[in-house]
Amino acid sequence: MRAALVVLAGLAAAPFLGFGEGYSLTLLARAMILAMAAVSLWLLVGGAGLVSLGHAAMLGVGAYALVVLDDARITDAVVVVPVAMGAAAFFALVTGAVAIRTSGVHFIMITLAFGQMAFFTASSLAAYGGDDGYTLYGRMTVLGHRWLEDRLVFHYLCLGLLALALLGTQMVLGSRFGRVLRAARENALRVEAVGFSPYPYRLVAYAAAGAVAGLAGVLLANATEFVAPSYLAWQRSGDLLFMVILGGLGSLQGAVLGAVGFVLLEEWLGHLTEHWRLIFGPLLVLSVLFLKGGLVGVLRRG
Amino acid sequence: MAEALLEVAGLRKRFGGLAVTDDVSFDVAPGEIHAVIGPNGAGKTTLIHQLSGTLRPDAGSIRFGGREIVGMGLARRARLGLARSFQITSVLPGFSALENAALAVQARSGSSFRFLRAAATERGLNDEAMAALNAVGLGARAGVMAGRLSHGEKRQLELAVALAMRPRLLLLDEPLAGAGPEETERLVGILRGLRGQYAILLVEHDMQAVFALADRISVLVYGRVIATDLPAVIRANAEVRAAYLGEDEAA
Ligand SMILES: Nc1ncnc2c1ncn2[C@@H]1O[C@H](COP(=O)(O)OP(=O)(O)OP(=O)(O)O)[C@@H](O)[C@H]1O
Ligand SMILES: [Mg+2]
Repeated sequence: MRAALVVLAGLAAAPFLGFGEGYSLTLLARAMILAMAAVSLWLLVGGAGLVSLGHAAMLGVGAYALVVLDDARITDAVVVVPVAMGAAAFFALVTGAVAIRTSGVHFIMITLAFGQMAFFTASSLAAYGGDDGYTLYGRMTVLGHRWLEDRLVFHYLCLGLLALALLGTQMVLGSRFGRVLRAARENALRVEAVGFSPYPYRLVAYAAAGAVAGLAGVLLANATEFVAPSYLAWQRSGDLLFMVILGGLGSLQGAVLGAVGFVLLEEWLGHLTEHWRLIFGPLLVLSVLFLKGGLVGVLRRG
Repeated sequence: MAEALLEVAGLRKRFGGLAVTDDVSFDVAPGEIHAVIGPNGAGKTTLIHQLSGTLRPDAGSIRFGGREIVGMGLARRARLGLARSFQITSVLPGFSALENAALAVQARSGSSFRFLRAAATERGLNDEAMAALNAVGLGARAGVMAGRLSHGEKRQLELAVALAMRPRLLLLDEPLAGAGPEETERLVGILRGLRGQYAILLVEHDMQAVFALADRISVLVYGRVIATDLPAVIRANAEVRAAYLGEDEAA
């Protein structure tokens, strides 16, 4: 966990190290929020061996739950957060109940299909802007207070929730539940032979990961005060999956390293040249080829 | 004889045109070591698959502890007390030997929908897992990743995991397969030590071990049980010698 703690400490100190102005904080918030989504995806990919290509849909369901409430002028976090997380968990539970019956490439395809389904549904929600998206009336209130409008408060809220997601996931992975999950990833037959059916464990993990991603969706919506179907695009699912793999599947902290590394690299290249995607693509390919074990693996060896 | 723990009646399984299990009936008494021998391809592993629940028979009945289990899956049967080992070693390579066994203890020790407490620090699980490892002589290797154990040690671990389940019946598919002479001696010693504590259905090619361990032997040829009897009778049975032992001794 050490590398992830260094990153978290860096994020905590960032506002005082010259990254305190609006633009930097917006970027860092985005990195932390995507890191949170990546942590939840890591539970599935690295923990349970469920390679989902539809994780952005969980984010999107959380964000659109917020949109529906915002449109009804319900903007307090006390209501919005549980509803959004619940909606994302429910979506994960229903789609997972089907998807988890499959495995391997089929699982990837079916999660992708569910993600696309959610994407097209969001695009067709004319009442909420359809393709054009929806601009929020404002950030959530917390018990009536407008705290989240303060950039620093929002920064530390994102950081705190990311740390919580990371530690919570770490704890779950080490629990009885997590042990069954990890064992079923390594050898499902062995797990069944001692008396466990992996299915309910995987399904619960899938729903829990959905809930955390839904929370990330709520934060992302608040960060930009705007929600669009692109939240649910399969490219975003691909980005999340890439962050997890870039960071490394050997350790949960890879999700944080991968997400923060991904966002910062994207940003840095964007400054260098407007053709940054031409560089970013091959860099991703090279990192998969040469960074065995991801960034975590590099740190372990180095 | 006491009431049978496992009763198999009229079991049938075909793969295409091939009858791999052909009207198989036999039983295993509590505490008995019942060996199943037969040439390669006789259908021994297929039989174990059907008994453990990884393969559904076409017809027939399997009663375990007086209960019909033929419709149940592998996990369900395991929870009823049926433990199997695999002919091809099947462990969790990224888990320590201790954790491999602890998972089996966990499966029968209350709910595993517990999310907070670190499983690795649960004394109750670890102590019983350690006892199972010690029972097969693997205690000194408890902390080693299962993937790094030698082949023989993995076979021992398979056995330890089965024991950690505290089963009523052990289904062992060639526990000695691929083990060297020393490892074989050790494993046979372990199995001998289990005699009377567990009922065991033992599939094994090593005839010396089979005759040293078994209370009764069934001979399977082309999916049919051609004889079930005491070891001494099996040894003397002409049909068995022709079908199997003759080959073995000639080899
Ligand atoms: N899934 C399958 N589909 C088709 N045929 C199969 C299948 N599994 C096994 N068989 C065939 O069934 C027969 C019995 O196989 P099985 O593995 O049960 O034999 P065995 O007695 O365990 O042999 P060995 O001593 O070599 O382990 C073999 O002819 C095998 O090729
Ligand atoms: Mg076999």
